Amino acid sequence: MTARLVPALLVLGLVFLWAPVLLLVGFAFSADRIPFQWGGFSLRWFEALANNARMIEAGLLSLRVAAGAATLAVLVGGVAGFALARWSAFTGRALFGALVGAPLVLPDVVTALAMLLLFVTLESAIGWPAGRGALTVLLAHATLGAAYVAVVVQARLAGGTRVLEEAAMDLGAGPFTAFRTVTLPLMAPALVAGWLLAFTLSFDDLVLASFVSGPSGTTLPVLVFSALRLGLTPEINALGAVILALATVCVALAALLLRARWVDGGGEGG
Amino acid sequence: MPRALVLLPAWAWLLAFVAAPALILLGIALGTGSEGVPPFRWPIGPGFAWQGGLSNFATLLEDAFYRDSLLRAARLAASTAALALLLGFPMALAIARAPRGWRVPLLALVLLPFWTGFLLRMGAFIGLLRDQGLVNAALIGIGLIEDPLPLLYTEGAMLAGMVHAYLPFAVLPLYATLSRLDPVLEQAAADLGATPMAVFGTITLPQALPGVAAAFLLVFIPAAGEFVIPELLGPTDALPVGRVLWQEFFQNRDWPLAAALAVALLALLIVPIRLFQRLS
Repeated sequence: MTARLVPALLVLGLVFLWAPVLLLVGFAFSADRIPFQWGGFSLRWFEALANNARMIEAGLLSLRVAAGAATLAVLVGGVAGFALARWSAFTGRALFGALVGAPLVLPDVVTALAMLLLFVTLESAIGWPAGRGALTVLLAHATLGAAYVAVVVQARLAGGTRVLEEAAMDLGAGPFTAFRTVTLPLMAPALVAGWLLAFTLSFDDLVLASFVSGPSGTTLPVLVFSALRLGLTPEINALGAVILALATVCVALAALLLRARWVDGGGEGG
Repeated sequence: MPRALVLLPAWAWLLAFVAAPALILLGIALGTGSEGVPPFRWPIGPGFAWQGGLSNFATLLEDAFYRDSLLRAARLAASTAALALLLGFPMALAIARAPRGWRVPLLALVLLPFWTGFLLRMGAFIGLLRDQGLVNAALIGIGLIEDPLPLLYTEGAMLAGMVHAYLPFAVLPLYATLSRLDPVLEQAAADLGATPMAVFGTITLPQALPGVAAAFLLVFIPAAGEFVIPELLGPTDALPVGRVLWQEFFQNRDWPLAAALAVALLALLIVPIRLFQRLS
């Protein structure tokens, strides 16, 4: 490959990735009723979006479900990742590892159907969860998120960090103190990254949500999907602009935090 | 604290929400449909009498409609993965060879569209490709065509959307592999007279192969079950297995057949999944 072709293809790929996104955002500011047609600058579709009660409600529900699912995912996935990284032998470790990793490799649609069948079976057997809605979506998202958190935590704890805990214990710390003062701070960036990842997965998920949500569990992607099937509206463009702006702020914040850490930590990770 | 106590909640969660759903899915796939609510009978009836069977799987094999949907999903996943590699490899290589300070911002540029909501990006594709869309308007505007081309609801539109959605999955593992390669080897080959093509073919590509395989599988596995993008952008008559599964479950209310389709999809993916786990 020549020296010029490769960067040219990178530019081409970035244009392919960004062109739809930038057009979506740009035309959000068009006054025209027909999406992707320029009718002069206007903020009317942002106003329409702000007054769209169903969209706002679905957006808030999505935020709540994503925050709850990410928190549960960090609790379950954090413990699982820690156990897999630190304990080389416990009863059923192979099965445990397989169960932790399974949601990562299964196609969404299979996980979604299996979760729905579980909730239906549970309801007819023990009466819980009664019906499907925000709770069942949250449980499904937390299960998927926990798998990602476990992988991130496991990667963070791998590679020679164990000696730090051994050093703490050699210096007289009990296992619990060593965990609290050494392991937990070591895991913290992975837990934060895992939380953000699980949050994003949940907030963007359509397949799991559309299988396991009932009428009371209409998350933002479920609503957007049904809107898209009926036809594009300029409000969808406005929503895209809002979400891109929020995502950019979050990524910039995360990058700043990481940079601060790298500077503090003397170039760790580079 | 004893380990068992720490692990107990995690075990409970995994057994309840990973193992149990898988077993229930398999059980219902072996069961039969019925008129009641829920609309199926377990393969094991009252008094532990066996009343299940493989009839759902036989239907999948015999009926061309279901067989084709599985093949179509495999083809769609393979073409998506191949195209994502074709575009993603040079992208990852360019990022890995970029000056140090550029790499993280470039990677962020690849990943950021990923955070804008994939449905909204598919909405943008609809806006670009439909008859009154931007692409057709531009083509008519410059006088290349008179009537709009049917771009939306085609294989091409579906593939463009799929590659757009899955490209970051290909770029990341490729970047991880390519950034670890030692450029000294390539320089040595070039110094000894190898052409740039020969350097790429004999030095770069062979070393990058594990990353290439991982990237292919990381796209192929989730793409095989994808049904949202084909539904929004693809041809209406050619449904991949994910979409057929949805129809069987929610429209025809044939739960055992939908479960059998999910199990069949998993069976097709077992080899790619095992390969992927070995690589990573």
